[in-house]
Amino acid sequence: MHPAFSVIFFTVASGAGFGLFSLLFLADFFKLGGGFNQDQLVMGGLMAMGLVVFGLLSSTFHLANPKNAWRAFSRFRTSWLSREGVFAMVFMPLALVYLGSIMFDAPQWMRVISGLLTAVLAWITVFSTGMIYACLKTIRQWNTPLVPANYLALGYASGSLLLLLGAVVADLDTTPYLAMSALIVSIAAVLKAIYYFWIRSPGLTPTINTATGLTRAKIKLLDTGHTHGTFLTQEFGFRIARQKAGLLKIVVFVVGFALPGLMLVWVFGQQGGPLAASVAALAGLAGAAVERWLFFAEARHVVNLYHGAQRC
Amino acid sequence: MRLGLVIDLDVCVGCHACAIACKEWNASGTIGPLSDYQPYGAEPSGVWFNRIRHYEMDEYPNNKTVNFPMSCMHCEDADCVTVCPTGASYKRAEDGIVLIDQDKCMGCNYCSWACPYGARELDRSSGTMKKCTLCVDRIYDQDLPVEERQPSCVLTCPAHARMFGDFDDPDSAVSRTVRERGGYPLMPELNYNPTNQYLPSRRKPVIPVDAKPKGGLKESIKQFANRLVRR
Repeated sequence: MHPAFSVIFFTVASGAGFGLFSLLFLADFFKLGGGFNQDQLVMGGLMAMGLVVFGLLSSTFHLANPKNAWRAFSRFRTSWLSREGVFAMVFMPLALVYLGSIMFDAPQWMRVISGLLTAVLAWITVFSTGMIYACLKTIRQWNTPLVPANYLALGYASGSLLLLLGAVVADLDTTPYLAMSALIVSIAAVLKAIYYFWIRSPGLTPTINTATGLTRAKIKLLDTGHTHGTFLTQEFGFRIARQKAGLLKIVVFVVGFALPGLMLVWVFGQQGGPLAASVAALAGLAGAAVERWLFFAEARHVVNLYHGAQRC
Repeated sequence: MRLGLVIDLDVCVGCHACAIACKEWNASGTIGPLSDYQPYGAEPSGVWFNRIRHYEMDEYPNNKTVNFPMSCMHCEDADCVTVCPTGASYKRAEDGIVLIDQDKCMGCNYCSWACPYGARELDRSSGTMKKCTLCVDRIYDQDLPVEERQPSCVLTCPAHARMFGDFDDPDSAVSRTVRERGGYPLMPELNYNPTNQYLPSRRKPVIPVDAKPKGGLKESIKQFANRLVRR
């Protein structure tokens, strides 16, 4: 699959934003490390919403006909893309209610209920983002439950690293935030490792034989029938060399998981402080971006069987 | 009704006439134009609803070229329709034709990801997705003679490799042909239940390609005589 940068930016930024918002609610509810004060909570919440909004806006850049984008909310019953849009739109006002009830000292029940609903919606939205890809039977590397799991784990991992940065800057007791980040980042790393292991095996997939129905002999493509590229070759023809993919997987693990982990140790040892926490947050986001690029680059659509691939 | 095509791989000669006729009709049809990019340039490309690939089956000396036209399969369980977030993609209840409402499409490409057959192509000039309409603006046209109320590709095929009809009717020509010739759908394992069916090559004797056994004296004299006569 052709990796579109607008979609990569969208999924990474909105994932981190939704993750940050949900974890911010947890930090507020349990008063982790002493708890953020009002202004800090509102600030953090607005930053999370900013990430989500920028992500959603950038996702419209890959539309060829954005004037009809408003119609994308209309097929909630069948389309995960539509569901994601609807959930994200419901998230926004609820998140504002939560931030408003913090700012204007609303009763505790209102603050808790709106916060809980927002956190749950954030989780559902990131899950829907993953399901957009996981529901496609045409791409073996995506059609697995590991995909929404990875989207959730990486979104919450980058969100937790951003929250840790907030806790360090706000001079809270960082221990609970460190524990949370360490836990979520390790879960994300393990899930990603399982995913990379899983997609290595060819699995039961369509082959050039089932694609043509000529199943009793070896088939090879003689001619694609087009002079130059087509929409299909541009969209689905992208291939990444196995060696390069392997290298990028190492980058994902070093930058996305190991480096933040190391920085967590530094923050824990009271050495790095804000600098280490910033490096951890940025490395987490950069790792997630590389992971997302690779997620697209490694996906092999079955239409390639009509362009010469023997299997996908 | 479940309208669709039958494509006879045994007789398709790979002339691309169906693709040309399709482009000709649909460029001015309901969802036209079908934009071309650099049609006379170094890298010609554009939107086509019908593409023909050429395969080689088996290996020498049993090899055979198979010409393989492909357009929208008008699947029974069309994921391209269910994944569409705007409702632009739809499958008509009355005849099973899958269409795209050009006024609703936002050009997100998601339906093309869901299609295993590569039937959907984005038109860069309009920013909308386009696909085979089964010539919906032709097959119901009361102004045309009855025999011309068929998709352009079917009408134009010089080898009669394409048939159009109703698969819900067990006595229609397409249903009968599929039954008799063992027609099959492509990639059935994905469970899209494509309507279009492909007829496999008929079995034909293998043409012997071994060197002929050497004849005796009689054969040599005969060949010599033949050569003389030819001169």
